[in-house]
Amino acid sequence: MTNTQIPAVRPPQPATPPAPAPRTAARDRGSRLLATLFLAPTIVGIVVFTVVPIIGSVVLSLFHWNVIDEPSFAGAANYGEVFTDSTVLVSFRNTLVFMVFAVALQLVVALVLALAVNGRMPVWLRSVFRSAFFFPLVLSAASISVVMKYLFNQDFGVVNWVLGLVGVAPVPWLTSENAAMATVILVYVWQQFGFSFLLFVGGLNNIPKEIHEAASLDGATGLRKHLNVTLPLLSPTLLVASVVGIINALQVFEQPYVLTNGGPGDATRTVVMVIYESAFEQLRFGEASAVGVLLFVLIMAVTALQFRLSRRFVHYQ
Amino acid sequence: MSQATLSLSRTRHSLAPWARIAALAVCALLTLGPVVWTVSTSLRTPAEAFDLPPKIIPTDPSLEAYSGVFDQIDVWLLALNSTLVTALIAVGQMITAGLAGYAFARLEFRFKKPLFGLVLATMMVPLQVTIVPVFLVLKSMGLTDTLLGLIIPAFPTAFGTFLMRQYFLGMPKDLGEAAMLDGCGPWRIFRSVYAPLAAPGLAIVGVLAFNYHWNEFFRPLILETSGQNYTLPLGLVSLQGNLGTGSISVVLAGVVLSMIPAVAVFVVGQRPLREGITSAGVNR
Repeated sequence: MTNTQIPAVRPPQPATPPAPAPRTAARDRGSRLLATLFLAPTIVGIVVFTVVPIIGSVVLSLFHWNVIDEPSFAGAANYGEVFTDSTVLVSFRNTLVFMVFAVALQLVVALVLALAVNGRMPVWLRSVFRSAFFFPLVLSAASISVVMKYLFNQDFGVVNWVLGLVGVAPVPWLTSENAAMATVILVYVWQQFGFSFLLFVGGLNNIPKEIHEAASLDGATGLRKHLNVTLPLLSPTLLVASVVGIINALQVFEQPYVLTNGGPGDATRTVVMVIYESAFEQLRFGEASAVGVLLFVLIMAVTALQFRLSRRFVHYQ
Repeated sequence: MSQATLSLSRTRHSLAPWARIAALAVCALLTLGPVVWTVSTSLRTPAEAFDLPPKIIPTDPSLEAYSGVFDQIDVWLLALNSTLVTALIAVGQMITAGLAGYAFARLEFRFKKPLFGLVLATMMVPLQVTIVPVFLVLKSMGLTDTLLGLIIPAFPTAFGTFLMRQYFLGMPKDLGEAAMLDGCGPWRIFRSVYAPLAAPGLAIVGVLAFNYHWNEFFRPLILETSGQNYTLPLGLVSLQGNLGTGSISVVLAGVVLSMIPAVAVFVVGQRPLREGITSAGVNR
């Protein structure tokens, strides 16, 4: 078989040498020893700090334990409590609401901006925009939330002052139940959309120019071209951006913790906040672990569902 | 006919750009606005910090807020802690990911596939889910409320390992084979042939680690209970909590100080950072 007969879809393989290099038993032993040394830090670290803790989470979730007294077996009681404790239930609801709106907003904003930046403009201007949209990503979510807490303050915040200029009455951004969730979403999206934006810019660059030219020649322009041509070609990137967006959104912590501390009431309390509070403030390690296990299952389920759904909508070139 | 369609689409395109660029500029302003406001407010005296309309360029710039931060919290200690934690994690991740990535890419050993599968699988596990047992493991080691407790668990990096494996796989195999024919052993091949070529890949791992751990909040919040072990984000949030709404420009001066290294990395290492962030997404 010659090279030309290899189908084009096969990924490029590293060239194989014409003749296998001479191998000796000693060399193989050396290779194995080196591999053991090289892998030891990573594998040991992963086992101690990820694999054992996963098993530990499941085991802990079956016990009542406050660290001080002996742990006592609880069976499924901690899970039962999750479904009866109103704070925990509300936190799951909040997290799902947060996820839906934050991810949708983040994807739409990022996609529109990526399409706009991808249009014709001077190269320097494009890189200015790209850097600007990506910049919030390098800042600390906790510090940014401190800043935003001032900006969204009802009485002296800049946001209400600007709205006041156009005659809008002061909005209780952080102190009313509905507005607080919206504010947490806005602050989160402000910082996170740059990530999806970078993915989309990369995805758009990978779409061959000829396809756009062909579509334009066929009379497709503007919005229609984007809907019928660009979006299907971008669908693999959309899938990645939404999967990562959802996984990250389900773990939201810093923004609600700093902006509202879960309030008013429980209006912005998220699942990770509940894990933090029940373990490290109330010393209910068993219940915290049960919530953690459920969050993990939720993340896996949403991801699996998404890949399944996407089989219908994602087009690979 | 096609000539006409072409020119039509061209005019439609040439009408749009100004509106499009203007809209982009507004969005860029909204994105950078909070940061600009933070910097300008930190340069006002605490008494003027609440003045509305906010003056973007302070009429009477003052560094009073900055000396305020140094009075209220031990900025040097926080910065030292953050620097130690971040730098050691970044260097540690470059070492562990470089070595493990090389082993997966270029060495032969038993259980290679299942071990690599294990590494990939841990990329899916969120830190928040395992934090309770991780805390207990660290407690049993006596590492809670120490900087080492933040540093050591962050050394293994599944994503960094994956990235470095790809990086080494992308290097020509012939190089190592030529060295082997010259009589080099596995260590010499790594040390003299491949390792010197790995710098750009390691830069991505290092820059990503720096960006993530410099800004990290959740683990320090749980692990570090005494003020002397606080990192910058933790110190700033507690400063804001202690001051309530008192002196906004002092808190913002602290935020600006803590942003400087992150911004420096953004400026110097934007390319590896961008590549890292996007590939982190694509390969998750």
